Amino acid sequence: MTELPLDPLWLTLRLAAVTTLVLLALGTPLAWWLAHTRCRAKSALEALVALPLVLPPTVLGFYLLLALGPHGWVGATWQALGGAPLVFSFPGLVIGSTLYSLPFVVQPLQNTFTAIGRAPLEVAATLRAAPWDRFLHVVVPLARPGFLTAATLGFAHTVGEFGVVLMIGGNIPDRTRVVSIAIYDHVEALQFSQAHRLSALMLAFSFVVLFSVYTLNRRWGGKAS
Amino acid sequence: MSAVQGEFHLARGNFRLAARFTLPARGITCVFGPSGCGKTTLLRCVAGLERAPEAMLKVHEQVWQDTREGVFLPTHRRELGYVFQEARLFSHLNVERNLRFGWARVAQQMQRMRWEEVVEWMSLGPLLARRITDLSGGEKQRVAIGRALLASPRLLLLDEPLAALDAGAKAEILPYLERLHTTLAIPVIYVTHAIDEALRIADYLLLMEAGAVVAQGTISELIGRQDLPLAYLDEIGTVIDAQVAEHDADFHLSYCDFSGGRLSVNRMDAALGCPVRLLLRARDVSLSLVHPAQTSILNILEGRVSELLPRGAAQVLVKLELPGGISLLARITGKSAHKLGLRPGLQVYAQVKSVSLVR
Repeated sequence: MTELPLDPLWLTLRLAAVTTLVLLALGTPLAWWLAHTRCRAKSALEALVALPLVLPPTVLGFYLLLALGPHGWVGATWQALGGAPLVFSFPGLVIGSTLYSLPFVVQPLQNTFTAIGRAPLEVAATLRAAPWDRFLHVVVPLARPGFLTAATLGFAHTVGEFGVVLMIGGNIPDRTRVVSIAIYDHVEALQFSQAHRLSALMLAFSFVVLFSVYTLNRRWGGKAS
Repeated sequence: MSAVQGEFHLARGNFRLAARFTLPARGITCVFGPSGCGKTTLLRCVAGLERAPEAMLKVHEQVWQDTREGVFLPTHRRELGYVFQEARLFSHLNVERNLRFGWARVAQQMQRMRWEEVVEWMSLGPLLARRITDLSGGEKQRVAIGRALLASPRLLLLDEPLAALDAGAKAEILPYLERLHTTLAIPVIYVTHAIDEALRIADYLLLMEAGAVVAQGTISELIGRQDLPLAYLDEIGTVIDAQVAEHDADFHLSYCDFSGGRLSVNRMDAALGCPVRLLLRARDVSLSLVHPAQTSILNILEGRVSELLPRGAAQVLVKLELPGGISLLARITGKSAHKLGLRPGLQVYAQVKSVSLVR
């Protein structure tokens, strides 16, 4: 029995973790803005955020490949500034995954912020809390289940991606070969037992993550309502 | 010197707010008016929760807002307390941590309220460890009032704090609100559309209609002012501040004295000498030229007609002057006024069919 190569698994987890952090950092202000703005551009931006939900990942991957490539405007600018090539690299994967999983983080956060509404913020303001204080001590605790859902969905969705990675990351061991690609490779090579073990591992892992999140959310939800 | 001076102009769709007011340094001012007249908007402007394009607000000689000078203190930098209609407690914190939210954000040397004092006033001790979800409506509002007070406000704002409560919870909260008169040395603005609430707790009234402050003053100053388009004041009548003078155990009555005479009311649980506020509805007052001798009515007051104010086609509001300079309103028909030959200066006897205790 050959030893199970765990490198794709670690790479996948690392990619998902980094992507989730980036998504929370970018998605929180974006979701906050969408939840509170009365600006007309809101609908356009919401549609843009939701695009990855309906587009085939290959379409997104294709455009990303063009944009991030050495002749694309992002890639060319990046390389002119002295950066290493983005395509077929880990940073490139993070960029692709971030865009691909964006709606899975922004939408639950936006819904949470909308549900919280302005009322608790107004109360906090009348109790001398400055804007950041209000966000950290009122919004964040009230939005905890929303943050958890957003982070989990973003993480899980990144773990499960295939098309975008294939387009912009290719299949370079240790650098861009994530689990989904590795499984595809094993199947192509008729290494069913390896494909089996990786798949089963992913299945168990995904279930455990989602189960923990739902349990936690239920406990927090029960306290909040 | 007035403690609070404000002026707010704001237009929103068909609604226009154009309000100017001054409030005394202490006491409860009720902002009273029909629903939709802009009471809550005015309160939110004072708190800085709404930003009026043209505004001026000075609290204790400190400018909170002045559009001409470009001054706008954001809400969190205004030393105020705000009690919302729906309590709005933080659901992620228990009672004690809700109370501490504002308390902890005021520097110790700036704290004007003592923790134990507020907890005692509002009877919050037994609730401190409770979760928000385990509180009744009345308890929630008590916590909300305590939380606002613990932020050491220099101006306390209450937006219909009883409107969302049932009768039982209202009765539970009102004594706490009344106590604010004597315990708080700061101005309080209390928004309500319920006249009985306003009569019970107000020291001053600010009457609003269609976004404008139409009158302000003490209750007795306002009632009977004929320039006010206030049909509902006819329904109210006269408010008299009196003192409990005697209890009559046999007939279950209490007698209350004021400068214009003595009134009997249903027996109340109050010590002799205790101040009470009585309401004599204008429609419950009838007039007679001679002292009515054989009548079922107990309360008969002597006075002089000072003014006759036509109210609609058939009714007349008669303003009487009682000894001690107190005005009493009677609403009678134009026909009766004509039959009695009422005119200013005429001596009459007012029969008051019912007197209700408002406080």
